[in-house]
Amino acid sequence: MSLVEARGLVKRFGSFTAVNDVSFSVQRGEVVGFLGPNGAGKSTTMKIIAGFLEPNAGEAFLDGHNTRTDPMAARKILGYLPEGAPAYPDMTVGAFLEFVAGMRGLDAATARQRLGFLVDRIDLSEVWNRRIEALSKGFKRRVGIAQALVHDPAILILDEPTDGLDPNQKHEMRELIRELAPEKAIVVSTHILEEVEAICTRALIIARGSILADGTPADLLAKAPAADPSRSQLVKTTKLEDAFRAITLEQAGA
Amino acid sequence: MKTILLVFRREFAGYFATPIAGVFLVVFLGMATGLTFFVASFFDRGQADLSAFFLWHPWLYLILMPAIGMRLWAEERRAGTIELLMTLPVQPWQIVVGKWLAAWVFAGLALVLTMPLWITVNYLGTPDNGVILASYIGSWLMAGAFLAISAAVSALTKNQVLAFIGAVVVGFLFVMAGFDLVLAAVKPWAPQVIVQAISSMSFIGHFQRITDGVLEIPALIFFVTLIVFALWLNVRILEVKKAA
Repeated sequence: MSLVEARGLVKRFGSFTAVNDVSFSVQRGEVVGFLGPNGAGKSTTMKIIAGFLEPNAGEAFLDGHNTRTDPMAARKILGYLPEGAPAYPDMTVGAFLEFVAGMRGLDAATARQRLGFLVDRIDLSEVWNRRIEALSKGFKRRVGIAQALVHDPAILILDEPTDGLDPNQKHEMRELIRELAPEKAIVVSTHILEEVEAICTRALIIARGSILADGTPADLLAKAPAADPSRSQLVKTTKLEDAFRAITLEQAGA
Repeated sequence: MKTILLVFRREFAGYFATPIAGVFLVVFLGMATGLTFFVASFFDRGQADLSAFFLWHPWLYLILMPAIGMRLWAEERRAGTIELLMTLPVQPWQIVVGKWLAAWVFAGLALVLTMPLWITVNYLGTPDNGVILASYIGSWLMAGAFLAISAAVSALTKNQVLAFIGAVVVGFLFVMAGFDLVLAAVKPWAPQVIVQAISSMSFIGHFQRITDGVLEIPALIFFVTLIVFALWLNVRILEVKKAA
């Protein structure tokens, strides 16, 4: 059975439809990339699956638990990195992660063991006693990831996990996601195409609240239009970028 | 219980992690004692009681409690941390209670720091310490009611200034409920029962009965009931916002 399942999700804000009939499922071992222009509905969809927003229609299930009718069970197996990696600025990194571990019901020994592992793996020891407001964007993002991994969840929903990281940090974050992937179902949103090629087993292209394409990065590449030699001279684009543009613009023109 | 305690600890430490706590305590103590000594002429009254001190509490709290309560939810919304908090496997009411409790204990700390006044009146004369104790408890509960209202209003917005103004306006209606200013707006059209119901919501009326040493219990129950209601409303607002 799929660990993440979305069925016909619809979310409207006033007269604006942010998410329009979105359905997909994610199995264990899959890393699904949410790909789309800004304002496409990626974050809103993630918020619904994480149980922060209620959809106007449709349902989301995490390991079979309905996020609306059985929210506690659904949230227990979910690690969620919200957009912008929010964290309490007045807390130290250590106090914040211990707070999250406590709120997730981890006992002291388990919390210590998990936090010890994460501090090493995500390289947080030098900022452990520093206040979050004093951290660089990269460290803040890493604290956000650590927070999502505290309870070793089976499902990870990461909204732009590499945003604000420098190239080395991006590389490390992708390594981490790849390393976690076999045991988990992971959904990441991004607008960096190379990221999809680097880590995702599948990509969903979302624009204007709807899923326009669902397939492996290779499938999507096949949708790229034939190379246009006149343009590729001027603008260096990858094949995936062409595919992305072809898919999203095709809809805009329709 | 553990969840409430964790939220309480985080929130309470939050007051002291910024200058908020220090500034608030200085302003509260300065205003409370300033009003007692200079405006209500504590010494000239020649009475060994603290009524000149408690007299001002509804007005003091009207401004100062929203100042402590405004950040409780608005700041979470602005910073986006509300997304973390509300997706943790805990019941929303536990978070609501933990947050309110932190603000309430902080207000209690401010109140405890006024104890030298109590010692002073005992040094100067023989006050009715039972009434003073009841007044302190009543004052603390009234602060709790102001804070529960502020927290609920704060859950409506991500703007702390709006949360502050909203809480002051709602608090003002409760403070003034027994006065003609509010009642005059209702009297012309509402049946007598409603007019009476509104006037019985008066913070000043209930608090005065406590500080006068009469009918303390119903007044205390009033504040406790109001706190519970406002906290319930806070939870409801969070739920409604999720679906909005």
